[in-house]
Amino acid sequence: MSAIRAEGLVRRFGDLTAVDGVDLEVSEGEIYGFLGPNGAGKSTVVRMLCTLLLPSAGRARVGGLDVVDDAHDVRFSIGVALQDAALDDRMTGREILETQGRLFGLHKAEVAQRVRELGPILEVDALDRLVGTYSGGMKRRLDLAASLMHNPSVLFLDEPTTGLDPPSRLRVWDEVRRLNRDFGMTVFLTTQYLEEADELADRVGIINDGRLVAEGTPGELKRSIGTDVVLAELDRDHDRAVEILRSVDGVAQVDHFGDEIVIATSNGSATLSPVALALDRAGIAVTQLSLRTPTLDDVFLEVTGTRFEGGDQ
Amino acid sequence: MTSQTAPAHITARSAGFVHDVWSIAIRAIRQLPRDLETTGPALAIPLFFLVINIGSLQDIAGFTAIEIDYKAFQLPVAIVFAVTGVSRAPALVLDIQNGYFDRLMLTPVSRRALLLGHMVADFVLVVALVIPVVILGFIIGVRFPTGPLGVFAFVMMGACWGVAYTGLPYAIALKTGNPGAVNSSFLLFFPFAFVTSSFVPLEDMTGWLGTAAQYNPVTYLLEGLRSLFIEWDAVALGKGFLAIAGLALVSQTLAFLALKGRVARG
Repeated sequence: MSAIRAEGLVRRFGDLTAVDGVDLEVSEGEIYGFLGPNGAGKSTVVRMLCTLLLPSAGRARVGGLDVVDDAHDVRFSIGVALQDAALDDRMTGREILETQGRLFGLHKAEVAQRVRELGPILEVDALDRLVGTYSGGMKRRLDLAASLMHNPSVLFLDEPTTGLDPPSRLRVWDEVRRLNRDFGMTVFLTTQYLEEADELADRVGIINDGRLVAEGTPGELKRSIGTDVVLAELDRDHDRAVEILRSVDGVAQVDHFGDEIVIATSNGSATLSPVALALDRAGIAVTQLSLRTPTLDDVFLEVTGTRFEGGDQ
Repeated sequence: MTSQTAPAHITARSAGFVHDVWSIAIRAIRQLPRDLETTGPALAIPLFFLVINIGSLQDIAGFTAIEIDYKAFQLPVAIVFAVTGVSRAPALVLDIQNGYFDRLMLTPVSRRALLLGHMVADFVLVVALVIPVVILGFIIGVRFPTGPLGVFAFVMMGACWGVAYTGLPYAIALKTGNPGAVNSSFLLFFPFAFVTSSFVPLEDMTGWLGTAAQYNPVTYLLEGLRSLFIEWDAVALGKGFLAIAGLALVSQTLAFLALKGRVARG
């Protein structure tokens, strides 16, 4: 059974179509990375899947339950950490966890046990301090801990590391991996960090302007644009360079973005010299020429025609 | 992060409506002492008005149909000022703004419990506000011929009025999510507070003011409270509680309609 399944999911806000016919299927125990720039529709999809928002059209099931008709029952099996840590600064960390546990029907002893177990996610010493005194990273981890109080089978993480410093980001990554590995938890992770999707996700869906434009494992997505990428930086003559490079042997595809010419090829080392020679013969000055393996950024460029403009990595 | 965070034997289940209300209430009650900046003025203002009104108006009492000491006549007015408009609605707005309301919405908690839990905390708060005013009344010489039970009825009647009124600020909080709008909801009470028998008995009020006061529920609340300084008067108390019920019906209907709109997922 799929942990998450969406068919033709649409959400409109007045004249704006924020999500436009998204189909998704996430298997149990999978980490699914939902990648897209700001405003692409990631959070809107999450809010529909976790029952906070009704779809304008289409349908979705989480844990086999319909998110519209069975919303109440869906909530027992999902944990959600929204984009902004949804916490009350005037409560202590312990109080937030206790309230969360009680609302999911946990008995006093169970709440205490879960608070003990979740303590290491944040800092135990900080549990009795008001949340208003926490750092951004501590708030994020408390938010994650609160979403885990009731042992959900599906965990939604909406940009869980946005704004975190690198050590805090790595701690969240480790915890996500461990929850998935040790407890088989399905994780639906939205992110605007290419590296995060690449590191964590079993499969990645790329959303742009409300549409799912590519989907697959990170490896599949990268291979889809060729084995290697040759990057040529030019000051001028970009359009002419694209025309010339398309006829070079071994070149699968050529795209132009800003000062960069991106050349997809199945054999980068064999193509590098012919590319340099072709540009030289045409009298086109190259400021930098480099060879690398494809990234998800290249995939994004391939499927949308624009560079990914996510957060700093 | 190497914790065992998901042992299999603890699973989520429905907590039940009463448990939901209590869970929300516990959280709201815990916050009361952390929000003294909002409750402090609620106590200072009625005490101020009590002292000022008695000092400036008690000499006119002899020219009116007031049956009791003017200090006792004014004490219910102070109670009404103390408890009206005091609620956890500003905290609810903060929850909406900081996203905590969404966190609650992601749990299986009964949506009605989100409001009722806050109102339980409001009841605790208004009782806590009424008691110091009553103590001040005792200090300045007000006595209850109806005995301790009369004092209890006095406190409960004031508290019930306070909770009945909370529907209005909650309705504004849930409808607007705006702290400024909630804070100004107290203005709604001004006509209720002054077009009534706050300073003289209803019998001494004439013209449009007297007519308007007859339709003001606060008039019957004040008469019910004041009756406890004379003797047990079932009619006055009945009218007082009826006025509270009428207000509760209107304000709580508005509040729960606003809640329905807020939790609708559209």
